[in-house]
Amino acid sequence: MVEKGLPDFRDIEEEANKNKVVITVVGKDRIGIIAAITSCLAEYQVNIEDITQKILGEYFTMILVGDTSRCPIGIGELREKLAKKGEEIGVAVYLQHAQIFRAMHRI
Amino acid sequence: MLFERSEILETLRMLELENLDVRTVTLGINILDCRGESFASTIERVIAKIKHFASPLKETVEKISEKYGIPIVNCRVAVSPVALLLTGKEGSELVELAAKLDHLAQALQIDFVGGFSALVQKGFTPGDLLLMESLPNILSETERICGSVNVASSRSGINVDAILRMGEVIQETARRTASRDGIGCAKLVVFANSPEDNPFMAGAFHGPGEADAVVNVGVSGPGVVKEMIRRHPEANLGELAEIVKRTAFKITRVGELIGREVAEKIGVAFGIVDLSLAPTPKVGDSVAEVIEAMGIEKCGGWGSTLALALLTDACKKGGTMASSFVGGLSGAFIPVSEDASMNQSVTIGALSLEKLEAMTSVSSVGLDMIAIPGDTPVEVIACIIGDEIAIGVINHKTVGVRLIPVPGKKAGEKAVFGGLLGEATVIEVNPYRGGRFIRRGGRIPAPITSLRN
Repeated sequence: MVEKGLPDFRDIEEEANKNKVVITVVGKDRIGIIAAITSCLAEYQVNIEDITQKILGEYFTMILVGDTSRCPIGIGELREKLAKKGEEIGVAVYLQHAQIFRAMHRI
Repeated sequence: MLFERSEILETLRMLELENLDVRTVTLGINILDCRGESFASTIERVIAKIKHFASPLKETVEKISEKYGIPIVNCRVAVSPVALLLTGKEGSELVELAAKLDHLAQALQIDFVGGFSALVQKGFTPGDLLLMESLPNILSETERICGSVNVASSRSGINVDAILRMGEVIQETARRTASRDGIGCAKLVVFANSPEDNPFMAGAFHGPGEADAVVNVGVSGPGVVKEMIRRHPEANLGELAEIVKRTAFKITRVGELIGREVAEKIGVAFGIVDLSLAPTPKVGDSVAEVIEAMGIEKCGGWGSTLALALLTDACKKGGTMASSFVGGLSGAFIPVSEDASMNQSVTIGALSLEKLEAMTSVSSVGLDMIAIPGDTPVEVIACIIGDEIAIGVINHKTVGVRLIPVPGKKAGEKAVFGGLLGEATVIEVNPYRGGRFIRRGGRIPAPITSLRN
């Protein structure tokens, strides 16, 4: 049975996910991690859509969802910039395309 | 948030710590429409067609790898079985074709070209015979060319004459690459029931039933499966199967995502995902370690076949659910030299050739990358192949044999192949011979499919 008049939600979601990236920051907690990472993202026009962080003992993890549709550099270059910024402040920064997570964790 | 925190961290762990990668993107290309008036013009047309399709492959793959942050280890091309192009009168021009393809592959940064293959399960054409006798020359003169010969199938039976010839081809190929421990044999597979869409080397070829050009993807990830199992030390075997299945599902989805995107970008059809746990010599990237994580002291010890059966079946189930098109070999590979822990089991005597043979009855390939003494007679090699082929034919499964008689080395000595091919301790071969049996030659009829027991 086909419902008429309903937009295809899958397409909308796909379109919305096309430029989304997930950035994960892991390392020892210290002052200024969020500031450093988010300012780096702002510099490259990545809009932060969601952010969550947790501190377990002395370890800090932060997960950001960003939209790169206005980012002037490629995703590989952005990954390098973030990793370098992370290195400066002693945390590991990973950047992945959101579609990977969708493929792995959603049926 | 779009995804759970635990989901994001799990994916990250697989990629960063557990060696999840896409092992190969293999572009299958039909070359059967390339016959020219002379073989020289055939060669030209083959080269032109492969150039046309494969030129954007490396760059496309690199871009997609960068976009998703997932390593794609190899770019490969598989062509139609070359024997189908031959009349048998081409002589040394066939070696020329191989050399030209080898150069082209190097220029296009293609890691391997598969398809110097013949399908001889029921008999030989003059072209098949020429291809087979040229293999030692081709495999020793080129770097990236791979060959395979299908000598049997469950529908047609077993061509014992072909098995004998392949025994000779293997010996000769090893002899010609003696200075590198017989490495030529690493690029040669003897098959029963060979799949037409296999993206893995050395056995990849573009089957006659395939579309003109098609992208097949091979995903790997024994490290991911091992870590999952290690994190559940209390799980019973039913639960373990479920864990492996779920993990296989996730890995396969990544392959499907990558495969579809590569196919779309270079404008050809997407074929299949082959979910095979394919080890590399890197520590942690090992199928033997998966079996050991399940609770077997050393891979090859009693219980290994059962553990491998669970693993292979659960992988297939997870993979099938994850992709619309699963194909190739899909399951678990148990090569010796390419898997450091598997080789260690051989070195300490935990894993014998006989146990490997038993394990292949439940794995997705056969006797793979096994170094045997260089003075193993042709008949004995043929008998080893024959035993393995029988397992495939009777059980309606694919088996491949990749044996390397290491020139000048005896059981217990070490053969070094390098890179992804790794190194292997030469395994002991049972000295009692079946020469008189295999020398009878002929064809063994196809097996019955009813009265199964």
